[in-house]
Amino acid sequence: MTDLHTLRRKTVNVVMLTVTGLCTLFAAGTLVYILGYLFVHGATSLTWAFFTKLPTPVGESGGGMANAIVGSGKLLLLASLFGIPIGFLGGVYLAEFGGTTFSYIIRYVTDLLNGVPSIVIGIFAYTLIVLPQKHFSTLAGGLALGVMMIPIAVRSTEEFLRAVPNSLREGAMALGASKAKSILTVVIPAAKNGIMTGIMLNVARVAGETAPLLFTSFGNRYWSSGWDQPISALPVMIFTYAIAPYEDWHKQAWAAGFVLLSLVLTVNIIARAVLSSKKHVAR
Amino acid sequence: MAATPTTVPTSAGPSRPAPAGYWQRLRGGDEAAYIITFMAAASILAITAMLVLELYANSAASRGKFGWNFLFTSTWDPVNDQFGALPFIYGTVVTSFLALLLGIPLGVGAAIFLAELAPPKISDGLTFLIELLAAVPSVIYGLLGVFVLIPILRSIEPTLKAVLGWTPFFTGPFYGVSLFSAGVVLAVMIIPFIISISREVILSVPNDQREAALALGATRWESTWDIVVPYAKKGIMGSIFLALARSLGETMAVTMVVGNDPKIKASLLAPGYSIAAVIANEFTEATGQMYTSALIELGLVLFALTIVINGMARLMIIGADKYKA
Repeated sequence: MTDLHTLRRKTVNVVMLTVTGLCTLFAAGTLVYILGYLFVHGATSLTWAFFTKLPTPVGESGGGMANAIVGSGKLLLLASLFGIPIGFLGGVYLAEFGGTTFSYIIRYVTDLLNGVPSIVIGIFAYTLIVLPQKHFSTLAGGLALGVMMIPIAVRSTEEFLRAVPNSLREGAMALGASKAKSILTVVIPAAKNGIMTGIMLNVARVAGETAPLLFTSFGNRYWSSGWDQPISALPVMIFTYAIAPYEDWHKQAWAAGFVLLSLVLTVNIIARAVLSSKKHVAR
Repeated sequence: MAATPTTVPTSAGPSRPAPAGYWQRLRGGDEAAYIITFMAAASILAITAMLVLELYANSAASRGKFGWNFLFTSTWDPVNDQFGALPFIYGTVVTSFLALLLGIPLGVGAAIFLAELAPPKISDGLTFLIELLAAVPSVIYGLLGVFVLIPILRSIEPTLKAVLGWTPFFTGPFYGVSLFSAGVVLAVMIIPFIISISREVILSVPNDQREAALALGATRWESTWDIVVPYAKKGIMGSIFLALARSLGETMAVTMVVGNDPKIKASLLAPGYSIAAVIANEFTEATGQMYTSALIELGLVLFALTIVINGMARLMIIGADKYKA
């Protein structure tokens, strides 16, 4: 009897090990399949013209997405200019001046903002800039992406500053530095690598955002004529081209997906390498 | 002893400066650093407050006209300015539920395997790969959904109908775009989230728990399932709620595969719609104040929904001693 019981337990053990292993294999397999498919399709659809030419009208083959690549760059620049300073300084506040009820509220609100669906952030930028201006603009798109960057910038800055050992702060203060001076010249430089990596990851994340751009920067089949004019972005082009019924456009969508994903994954892999191999905080 | 003069110098040692004035402290930098960072932190609060206010103020027309009925009626008729959100709420809830149904067993199973059962080297490598999945932009998932997933679903549709056709959920014609397809894409998207957070929570279970169970003669699986998983239950639930919040608000991938048809049908194979998808599709072409206002109110509904779910997730994960400030 006991043997049967033990046998049952051992069988369950092996079976469940296999089942959970299969779950893992499935999840990892999906990744390999997805990436493989995208890389094969994307790489074969990619041409040099993709990087240098404007989109062609329907029916005309060839063309590229040069305007969308530049557009994404401009949008990310605006977003970084808006989101990173606020997020970084907010993170410094939480890490160095925190511990108050106010900082608890800020932490809570930051989490809340992080959970807001990106499309809702798009509506926010729309009501704030597009509605009063009465037209879509690069500025509105940049603002939407910038708002999305804030919570992550706060979180990563705070985390990396907190990882700086207190002895460094105390050392600086003992030498007579003011708190501001110790933060500026000792604490932040010590956490620099981590913070920079956090910013890179943050930019990579919003680089793929589509929803908040649909009705802020809108899209443009030509070069954008100014910061207050609609502008094209890579993820929006993928969306537009993928749901269009033209074979040629689908190829362009694959190429764009390939470029976007390569960018995002490269940044992620580099960031992980920086964070795990080296000590990201000087000690 | 001669009497010594009793006059004592009024100040001994180096003379102390007068208490620094506000301006001096400001110039010393501490006060300035505090004020600048405080302003940045406060502006986060202001932006979030503005976001809520803008959503609330700009949906006034729709809220005024339809009241709470907005949530419970299913007419979506821009021509006659009649708007009800029910089909979208239905689609959002059904696709997210489906995603959880498929995603929880796979995600939690994989997390258990990676944290408890797999050799560390394999576990680290696979976790790295799976966490990269979480960084893939949602529009790419949409692209793959349209061109990879839908053809696969088309090919397994007859089998699906043969096995589950007796339920009302797998009946009617299947065009490829459907609530079901959206649910599957969402499942693929949320699995990495569930895995990476659950794995961390499971790894943070103290080793004593495992050792005690194993010492009492439990098998590897028994120690995992009866001891470690219950210990980590709250955190795992938290990861599931985070995944739910993400799938409720997910826009692009759903928009591309859900079919965009504002009808409530029992069959999952029928095209549907979701809150985020209708905003994405119709916002730019919304003419008239009432139409825009109704779409913004949908945004408000989505906002409220995700905030509540996110709040619950945070509570659970904080309860599980993660994200401790």
